[in-house]
Amino acid sequence: MARTLVIGEMFEDKVRTPTLSAVTFARKVKDLTGAAFDVLVPGKGSKGAVAQIAACGADKIFYNESAPYATYTAEAYAPFVSAVAHSGGYNVVCCTADVYGKDLMPRVAATLDAGMASDIVGVEKSGDDFIFTRPIYAGNVLARMKVTTGLKVVTVRQTEFAPAEPAGGKAAIEEAPATAPEDAAARVEVLSFEKTRSERPELTEAKIVVSGGRGFKNPENFKLAEQLADLLGGAVGATRAAVDAGMVPNELQVGQTGKIVAPDIYFAIGLSGAIQHLAGMKSSKVIVAINKDEEAPIFSVADYGLVADLFQAVPQLVEELKKVKG
Amino acid sequence: MKILAAIKRVSDPDNANKVKISADGKAVTTEGLAWDVNPFCLYGVEAAIRLTEDGAKKARIGEVVVATLGPQDVGIQLRRCLAMGAERAIRIEAEDTKLDGWVVARALAKLAEQEKPDLVILGKQVVDGESNQTAQILAKMLGMPQSTNVAGIETQPGDGSVTVTREVDGGIVKTRLTLPAVVAVSERILASRAVKNGVTPETVQYPSDNVRYTPLPMIKRAEKKPLDLKGLADLGIDATPRTAYLEFKAPPARKAGVKVESVEQLVQKLKNEARVI
Repeated sequence: MARTLVIGEMFEDKVRTPTLSAVTFARKVKDLTGAAFDVLVPGKGSKGAVAQIAACGADKIFYNESAPYATYTAEAYAPFVSAVAHSGGYNVVCCTADVYGKDLMPRVAATLDAGMASDIVGVEKSGDDFIFTRPIYAGNVLARMKVTTGLKVVTVRQTEFAPAEPAGGKAAIEEAPATAPEDAAARVEVLSFEKTRSERPELTEAKIVVSGGRGFKNPENFKLAEQLADLLGGAVGATRAAVDAGMVPNELQVGQTGKIVAPDIYFAIGLSGAIQHLAGMKSSKVIVAINKDEEAPIFSVADYGLVADLFQAVPQLVEELKKVKG
Repeated sequence: MKILAAIKRVSDPDNANKVKISADGKAVTTEGLAWDVNPFCLYGVEAAIRLTEDGAKKARIGEVVVATLGPQDVGIQLRRCLAMGAERAIRIEAEDTKLDGWVVARALAKLAEQEKPDLVILGKQVVDGESNQTAQILAKMLGMPQSTNVAGIETQPGDGSVTVTREVDGGIVKTRLTLPAVVAVSERILASRAVKNGVTPETVQYPSDNVRYTPLPMIKRAEKKPLDLKGLADLGIDATPRTAYLEFKAPPARKAGVKVESVEQLVQKLKNEARVI
C-alpha cells in the first residue's frame, strides 16, 4: 500500500510553518491516490511540539529529540530519516524546499538509493506513477518530469503549497527509534548559531512584502522600505545587489537563489527586475513597481507601475496609506 | 590543500528568459545564447583558488583540479577556470541532456576516488536545471560531511579541517568539517574576506562582486595546462539518470499592468481595484 512520509523541521521548540506546505503536498497525493501519510519531526523539543500539528491529517507523527538529533546536521538526519522511510515502506518521502529540505533531502535520496524531484510546483497521477511539474531556467520554463525509481524523494515549493489548515482527527504520536549515524557525522561539529533578529513577519510567510534594490543606494536609505513594510505589517525583501551592498541581511534576498515569495502584494522599489529577481516573486498576486527608469523590466510584470524617484514616492506613499488606513 | 572543483556549463544566465521550447515541447533550445560557466560553479572555482594561493605573493600553494561533464565545446569553460589559476582540468565526455544529479554525482565520486582531494567544491545550484542535488548526493556517496549554501570558508595550513559559514533560515550556522569534505557555495563566498586560508594576509582585498579578471597572458598560459578527457564508460559508472523529462512548456504569462500617474492614484487602485489594503 502506497504511503507518504513528510519530513518536518523544528526551530526554537516549534514545528516550522514550512512543514505544513509539505503536508499540503502529502494531502494532494492522498487525494490523487488514496495514500495515507505520516510525519517525522526530528529535533530538540519535537516531543512536545508535534501536538501542534496532530490534526494535520496524518495517521502518525514521529518525533525524536535525543542527542544525535537535537541540532540539525545532514549527516545525522539523513540516516535517521532514511531508516524511518525504509522501515515504514513509504514510496514518497517529501519535505519543503527551504534551506533545510534542500540540504537534507538529496542526502536522504542518496541513502535510500532513490531518484529525486526538487522544488516542485505541481503533482499529477499517471497510472501508478506521478508526474511532477517544476520550474527551471529561473522560472522561464515549466518541466513535467518523472522520477524513475519506485521510491521518490520530493521537495515542494512553499509558495505553491499553502500551509495545511487543521483537517480534524488526531494523529498517533510515537517516538521513532534512533539509528546508527553515518561515519561522516563524527566529522561535523556545529560550532555556533547566530540568530537573525527581526520583529517582522517571516519573508516566505508574509502577506505583504516590500522589496528594495540598488536604487536605495545605502543601508540608511533602506529604512524607507522598512517604514513602508512596518506600516503595512509586511516583511522586507531585497535584491542580490542590495544584499551585497550590506543594506539588509543575506537571508532577505528574494530571487532564483534566495527566497521564493508569493505574497498578496509585492512592492518592488528601486529595483530593475533582473530575471534572477523575477524568478523569486513573479507569482505574487499583485505587484507594484516604483522606479525612476520607465524602461526597467520590472514594469513588464507589475500590475501597477509608478515611474518616480523612490526618495519622493515612498515617503508620500507612507503618508497616503496612513490616511487610508486611518 | 588539493581541491576538486566541479563546474557545469549553462546558457547565458542573464538571458534565461530567451530560451525557447521546441514545437513538440520535448526540448528546451538555447540557440543564440552564449555558453558560460554556471555562476555558482564559477564562484566555487574562485573560492578554490583563493584557498590554495598566497594572495599577497600571488603564488600557488595548493592544487585545484577543475572537472566537468559535457561535450567537447565545454573545453572553453574549463580553459577559463585554468586561466583563473586552476592547475589541471578533466572533461568527462557526455551529452548535457542525458545528465541528472545522480549521474553527475556518480561520475564525480569516481573522479574523487582517483584524485583524492581534501575538499570538493561545487556551486549551490545550477541556474538552468536548478535541482540542487549533486553536492549532497556526492557527499553521501563518498561518505564525506557536506555543507551547502556556504558563504564563508576558513582554514589553516595543515589543519585537516575547514570552518564553514552556512546561511540557513533564521540565521547563520558555523560548522567545522573534518577533511575530506564536500561544500556547495553561495554567491556570498565572493565577499572579500569570505575565504581565509591562513596564508593570504588580511590586508589583501579580493574584488567582492565577481570572480577574478584573467588577463591575456593568463589565458595564454592556460592553453598549455593539462586538460584530460575521460568517458563515462572509462569511469565504470551507471550512466542511467533517475529522472525523465517528458515535456516543457512556458509558464503562464502575467497580464500586462497599468502605469499610474501619482502616489494618490496608486493608493486608490490598491484600495478600490485590487482591494489589497
